[in-house]
Amino acid sequence: MHEITLTVNGMIRQVEVPGRRLLSDCLRHDLGLTGTHVGCEHGVCGCCTVLLDGEPVRSCLTFAVTVDGHDITTVEGLAARDGTMSPVQRAFGECHGLQCGFCTPGFLCTVTALLRENPAPTEQEVLEGISGNLCRCTGYQNIIKSVHRAAEIMAEERRADADSEQPGEEIV
Amino acid sequence: MSTKLFGEPVQRREDPRLLTGQGRYVDDLGAGALEVAFVRSPHAHARIRDIDVSDALDVEGLVAIYTWEDLPTLLAQPLPLLIPHPALTHGRTAYPLARDVVRHVGEPVVMVVARDRYLAEDVCALIQVDYELLKPVVGVEEAAQSAQLVHEDVPDNVGAHLIQEVPSADGLDARELIETAPHTLTFRLDIERSASMPLEGRGVYARWDADDRSLRVYSSTQTSTSVRMAIAAKLGLPLPKVEVIAPDVGGGFGVKIVHPWPEEVLVPWAAMLLGHEVKWTEDRREHFVSSAHERAQVQFVRVGFDDDGRVLGLDVNILHDHGAYTPYGIIVPIITSTQLLGPYKIGAYRVEFSSIYTNTVQVTPYRGAGRPQGVFCMERTMDHIAEYLGADRTAVREINFIQPDEFPYDQGLIFQDGRPLIYDSGDYPESLRLLKELIGWDGFPALKAQAAAEGRRIGLGIGCYVEGTGVGPYEGGHVQITSDGRVHVSTGLTSQGQGHETVFAQIAAAELGVPMERVSVVTGDTRRFGYAVGTFASRAAVMSGNAIALACRKVREKALRIAAEALEADPRDLEIIDGEVRVVGSPGASIPLATVAVLSNPLRYAFDSETARATQFAGASSFDRPPVEAGEEPGLEGRDYYSPIRSTFASGMHAAIVETDSLTAEIRILRYAVVHDCGNLINPMIVEGQIHGGVAQGVGGALYERMVYDDHGQLLNASFMDFLMPYATEIPSIETAHLETPSPLNPLGIKGAGEAGVIPGSAVIASAIEDAEGIRIDKMPISPSELFDLRRAATG
Ligand code: FES
Ligand code: FES
Repeated sequence: MHEITLTVNGMIRQVEVPGRRLLSDCLRHDLGLTGTHVGCEHGVCGCCTVLLDGEPVRSCLTFAVTVDGHDITTVEGLAARDGTMSPVQRAFGECHGLQCGFCTPGFLCTVTALLRENPAPTEQEVLEGISGNLCRCTGYQNIIKSVHRAAEIMAEERRADADSEQPGEEIV
Repeated sequence: MSTKLFGEPVQRREDPRLLTGQGRYVDDLGAGALEVAFVRSPHAHARIRDIDVSDALDVEGLVAIYTWEDLPTLLAQPLPLLIPHPALTHGRTAYPLARDVVRHVGEPVVMVVARDRYLAEDVCALIQVDYELLKPVVGVEEAAQSAQLVHEDVPDNVGAHLIQEVPSADGLDARELIETAPHTLTFRLDIERSASMPLEGRGVYARWDADDRSLRVYSSTQTSTSVRMAIAAKLGLPLPKVEVIAPDVGGGFGVKIVHPWPEEVLVPWAAMLLGHEVKWTEDRREHFVSSAHERAQVQFVRVGFDDDGRVLGLDVNILHDHGAYTPYGIIVPIITSTQLLGPYKIGAYRVEFSSIYTNTVQVTPYRGAGRPQGVFCMERTMDHIAEYLGADRTAVREINFIQPDEFPYDQGLIFQDGRPLIYDSGDYPESLRLLKELIGWDGFPALKAQAAAEGRRIGLGIGCYVEGTGVGPYEGGHVQITSDGRVHVSTGLTSQGQGHETVFAQIAAAELGVPMERVSVVTGDTRRFGYAVGTFASRAAVMSGNAIALACRKVREKALRIAAEALEADPRDLEIIDGEVRVVGSPGASIPLATVAVLSNPLRYAFDSETARATQFAGASSFDRPPVEAGEEPGLEGRDYYSPIRSTFASGMHAAIVETDSLTAEIRILRYAVVHDCGNLINPMIVEGQIHGGVAQGVGGALYERMVYDDHGQLLNASFMDFLMPYATEIPSIETAHLETPSPLNPLGIKGAGEAGVIPGSAVIASAIEDAEGIRIDKMPISPSELFDLRRAATG
């Protein structure tokens, strides 16, 4: 057993895991963060995507011990502290970018990172950006729409922030 | 209907929880439950000689190991054959754990319970099963000819054989008419296996309450009520002591309608035996090799037609591969053979199918459920006729269409619900007109010529279908308005992402005249509603939607009656708006539904100021009548059922433009257009989403997905690495248009929409590739290398 310390959604969590414990299982079953889903446990579907130090990774291909000391964001950590959903979450809701919701946490994390890197992606960049995530329900059309809509909401909010000249609240 | 919720693209109320990681799927439940893993057969066909667990016993964390020999009598029987049919003369189902012969790779042999899944898998790896190998039977044609048998007592591997004949109006049969027809064509069609492949696999979690002697089971199922009955029967428990809940389910698409899966009875059994919560979560490989597949068929077609392309006789012989077992009967080939006729009236029809056992995973419905194969057959036939006659493909279809004034139209067959195949309504010529307009059918030859001038190959394809939706026998709805004014709706069927909580709330809010925020909906929880069939066959909106509407109407009537008394008005003069019963035209004379709910339930005890109004000294009741009158019930609630006389028939037509690379034979879909008619739309946003998802699965089935078995019965591509489900990069943008031909069969005039998108996928894409290439495409799915080979063969 190994004792590891992770910062998960801004909280410091200590947990004891065997060396072979997958990060996905550690998050879901040791830390009770079941929003991260497992669709294939072999790195193809992207359901298990979380942000590791801000970068999307497949938690089903990551041993928990290897991320000792790192910062992790899961779907549970995407909304603001007061519960306000992030622009990406809101956009998916608005554009009907989800049906059963099983792939959704992976898409949300992937898209959050994508838009941070590229706030105004082209159609092709969106397609590429989400091309590592499977969805069996939506046919992707509304997911693509959601990504563009999220970019739009974020731009609107940046403008509103700039206009109001007040220091924007950082979402941790 | 009093508010404009019905027909509006209302945002889904399931989304906030699913977007924030607060959804609850089976594996999210039961922290601390013991976990199960299975030893599954690595062989397609073998006899079990011995199972040796001795090496496994020392694994720390092991709780129990079970084989077939450990099962109590009821569980040691084969699993139920869910849908018996007279033609299924040799139906066979599996034992929950293999008894002595395994018949496909993945069949469960040993069940292991341990402290967690990792340890359970450690144990599985140490269990030695000694197998005597038997010759596997793989491939439907091979099986039909093989001396080797999948089941020793099923001769020729034929599980079912059925001939259906519909003679022409003047009594001639299809074969006679084909013989005398001016033109005939004979050809063969092939479709390979695919599968539902929801991103969440199956899963079961059971809690046995030893004090209460009751069982609560969570299953990722499309039918919790029926799983409940199966568990009660298999475990010998009184039905009221078993509750089954389908929590959030990560997609179903058909595979989760099958029940009880071995795990659905074994996990609860272990929980009872061990006095501890037990859970099993399917992994992806297990889903590939031990759930279910669909689609595989070989079809032999003979058609006779006249100079205009009018079909005079159609004779189809189908070999249907149903895998190793038939728990779901022969529903798939029945649907193929009946829905094959599509929007057409043809002279005479003969269809014969043999449902054949092979040593592969069992075949049960996957979205579309046999229709994609039937539509592939009919639409290829239409295209081949057009090609033969040098006619436009839409002209040949048009001449065979059932006309709008011919409904109800009796196809003369018995449908999958055991009732006559009578189409209720539709407008096929109008659908075709819309589709041609949407895709630019008439302008396409110019486009094609232009592309050709640039050295590009493009092709246009079309596919039409009719889909029997909303099959019976029934669904029910329960609606209760509580004294806080909230409306609680429940129905027994389950949800796997279709947005039922939203659409049923829309229906209830509209029927009752209450704001939608006040309505909550529960599905798939037998604690709330015990009578249901399940979610399949595009039936949820039709069945439960109408049942809930009917239940709401009962509640509404009762509310008006009580309110009329309180307001001293005639119930006929009352309306409900925004949760208040009002006297039409006299503002001020109103009573909130919350108060009506209070008045509906005469009380002895008050627990707040609202309920105090209904207590015995509040002076509300008359001394001449009992507080609850004969024939009445306390409470503002109602329950009703919708049981249709027969299915309602949705329809649609798709067209696609594809480009095939002249060098590499890569196939790209440039445009995809859909015209869809599912009657009145409850929520167009959700219907649209269903179509998108269906089309994506159709494209997957046409170009990418197949189950590749080798001669030994090994599934060679049992992972997402090798079974190619489309990503966003493979799915074209989908253009849609809707036609709304209401169903005359149900109060809301709706038809099902869940499966539609997938149905004509292979037909449309084959049609388009054929148009681009000038080569017959009679085998789907098709890969670039297969197209490449076809080109080579065509040019000799
Ligand atoms: S579960 Fe990790 S990629 Fe599928
Ligand atoms: S919404 Fe169901 S898998 Fe994407």
